Amino acid sequence: MAAIEINGLSKDYPVGFWRKRPKRVLDNLSLNVKDGEVFGFLGHNGAGKTTTLKLLTGLIFPTEGTAQIHGQPIGSPKAFQNIGYLPENPYFYDYLTADELLDYFSRFFPMTPGQRRERCKTVLEQAGLTEFRNVALRKFSKGMLQRIGIAQAVLHNPDIVLLDEPMSGLDPVGRRDVRNLILQLKSAGKTVFFSTHILSDAEALCDRVAILHRGRLVGVGQIAELLKRQSGLEVVVESCPAALLPRLQSLADAPLTVSGSHHRMEIPEENVAQLLGLCASNSIRLLSLNPLRFSLEDYFIELLRSNDQQPEPATKANAS
Amino acid sequence: MIVAQTLAIARNTFREAVRDKVLYNLVAFAVIMTASALLFGEISIGIQKSILINIGLSSISVFGLLIAIFLGIGLVYKEVDKRSLYALLSKPVHRWQFIVGKFLGLNLTLLVNTLFMSLGLWASMYYLTRGFQPEDIHIWTAIYFVLLELFLITAVCLFFSCFSTPILSAIFTFLIYIVGNSASDVRDFGKLTENATLEWLATLVYYLLPNFSDFSAAGLVSHGLPVPGHLVLLNTSYALCYSGILVIAAVWIFSRRDLK
Amino acid sequence: MTHSRNPLVALGTGLLLLTLWCASILVQMSVDREMAPYRESPEMLWITSGKVLRVLSMGQQSLLADVYWTRAVQYYGSRLRDHKTDFSLLAPLIDITITLDPQLLVAYYFGAVFLSEKAPRGAGDPRKAIELLQRGIAANPDEWRLWHHLGFIYYWQLQDYSRAAAAYQEGAKNPKARDWMKVMAAVITEKGGNRETSLYLWSRIYDSTEDPSIRANANGHIQALQAQNDMEELERLALKFREQTSRWPDSISEMVSQGLLKGVPRDPAGFRYRMQPGGRAALYPASPVRPDFDTSPAPPPAASP
Repeated sequence: MAAIEINGLSKDYPVGFWRKRPKRVLDNLSLNVKDGEVFGFLGHNGAGKTTTLKLLTGLIFPTEGTAQIHGQPIGSPKAFQNIGYLPENPYFYDYLTADELLDYFSRFFPMTPGQRRERCKTVLEQAGLTEFRNVALRKFSKGMLQRIGIAQAVLHNPDIVLLDEPMSGLDPVGRRDVRNLILQLKSAGKTVFFSTHILSDAEALCDRVAILHRGRLVGVGQIAELLKRQSGLEVVVESCPAALLPRLQSLADAPLTVSGSHHRMEIPEENVAQLLGLCASNSIRLLSLNPLRFSLEDYFIELLRSNDQQPEPATKANAS
Repeated sequence: MIVAQTLAIARNTFREAVRDKVLYNLVAFAVIMTASALLFGEISIGIQKSILINIGLSSISVFGLLIAIFLGIGLVYKEVDKRSLYALLSKPVHRWQFIVGKFLGLNLTLLVNTLFMSLGLWASMYYLTRGFQPEDIHIWTAIYFVLLELFLITAVCLFFSCFSTPILSAIFTFLIYIVGNSASDVRDFGKLTENATLEWLATLVYYLLPNFSDFSAAGLVSHGLPVPGHLVLLNTSYALCYSGILVIAAVWIFSRRDLK
Repeated sequence: MTHSRNPLVALGTGLLLLTLWCASILVQMSVDREMAPYRESPEMLWITSGKVLRVLSMGQQSLLADVYWTRAVQYYGSRLRDHKTDFSLLAPLIDITITLDPQLLVAYYFGAVFLSEKAPRGAGDPRKAIELLQRGIAANPDEWRLWHHLGFIYYWQLQDYSRAAAAYQEGAKNPKARDWMKVMAAVITEKGGNRETSLYLWSRIYDSTEDPSIRANANGHIQALQAQNDMEELERLALKFREQTSRWPDSISEMVSQGLLKGVPRDPAGFRYRMQPGGRAALYPASPVRPDFDTSPAPPPAASP
């Protein structure tokens, strides 16, 4: 049984003043998140990441489709028992202290007073905020708020933790702290599902990622897999006779770039041998041969560019 | 579990109100108002006491109303707007518990405030008459009625807070309070027109609006008269019924709402 | 919580709300019954100053005037219905009404009639009514009917015929005033108080307004005066009968057979008159006409279209 199973989830919002027309912000999302994995949910702002998370946490209601959390339909009490949620740009009651907040939230779970105290202390420690227990939340920095947010999310030791942009607006120290917390969660065997648009974080933490663009899922899989398809080598050659340029071009993925007498191109790995042969037999000088550091960012932008050519997702109203 | 959760929300709402400094200003004002009634030095003692009671009860009522509106308009709206609600609703708690908890918390706040303001009134009365009469006990009934009135007002406020911005909620609640106080006049207007349809309409509106004039017992108790027992029972039932309607409607609206 | 767009839940909730609302209506009706005797307590008029109310009304004087006017009418009606003889709040209520809206003429007319009428039909305070009318005249100099009401109070309640005539005279100066105003001035000066004049003036009061209470009251007086006229005439004829037959008539039919009357006359309400021993005329017991309208107890509400 998957930790999170999403089937054809869609969400329309009515837009407009007089005649409300539905605007589809999430279109037919289907996704499975396995137990124990750290799953990154990527996309630019407005792609539908937060919408998905709000659907999973029952804050908004789906227009179409279903989702299950450990087999329980979203919105049911059992589903809530199993998840912990950190909202984007969290705001907690600023008139409460950290301790009071955790104590308050812990009352929504079946815990004895002893267990309650224990858990509050533990999560506070894990978040590194023990010395701030009696400080009012209004005095917390953004990084501290994110950390207390994660603390309240794991208060009841859920199997699945949902984090919405946990790293947003943090300084490098804050980012590192949150990253460590996520790794801690992973080593405790929890499933972590978090959304972000900071790709380097996703690269560092995630087992798998899904990419959302304009409400549609455009890519999902292990990072290594996704990037391998696109990896290759960067070659710079000199003194290539003009007649041979087309042959050189055929080996490359993208058009060659010229600067002076140098030609630069990107070729997939399997064409390397052919290239070397070509250079050797034609006295083309090979200046450099480097593996392409094809990052997630590149993949991301590629994907988005190709998807931009597609039309807007159809809404329930004007589909079929 | 459900009760414990709802009470936790109520307690937290109370805590929030208590830590809000504006509250204390309003309470202080109310006490000052009551004390100022003592400055009607020119009038004879008999009427002075009755005026004191009238001003005192009116202050408690009006300031209670202001506090109720002030705290009530943000009750739901603030949590939705600032998104503190997100963390809460992702826990195994129903949306209706949230609404009911907030409602109870606000009422608890008003109860405590009213008690404080009442103490101001009693203190002023003691200062004036240097002693209490047996019929003064009826003033507590009048204060109870004020509490019922505030109970109803918080329900109105809560209802609006579920779908409306704070400013609009405040305006609507205030308007309903004013019209609700003149509810019987609305019906009398209808009787004055000789048109059967208009009269029927006016009567319908009369029963639709919350009738706040039911709760004014100042006239009786300021003259030392008791409030009939039936009335206490009836008013309590009315407040419960009508608030029930509003809270259920609020829960209904809120449960179906997509949170922004 | 699973979100159910279940129509059954919607229906159930709707029914629950409806039930609660009906319950609240029932409770409200009980409260109204309970509170009815207290509604006229001085608490209603805690602020008795019209000027203060005008300030507090924040520009809505007219509306507030209407509200107080409504209350005045309801107050009067309910006191009358409950056979109460104390109308002490009527003057303050009307006073507030006209302070808030000095052009609300019906309030002056109402006040003129019911403040001056003696108990059980009114507050029995003609001086107050006069003061009211004088304020009305000051605020509405073109309204000649106010003079009429003023004159009438002097005439009917105070029997001050010189002032009454003066008032009618003053009112008659207005070109819009009816001719009878001038006539009345002369008649009152000449004859003082008499039934014919009274009948005429009460009829004018009846004509002057649409207000049902005022009309009912005027009608009562008119019928009373007519009955008095009729009975006086009957007694005069009885005397004649006695002269002719040396005894009092036993019944009116006897007088008819004697040739003194063409038929049995009926009172203004349509009931026959009766003859009593000793030549006294009387009304049919069931007749609602009260010849002593001024001082008899108030009948059940007559103001009903």
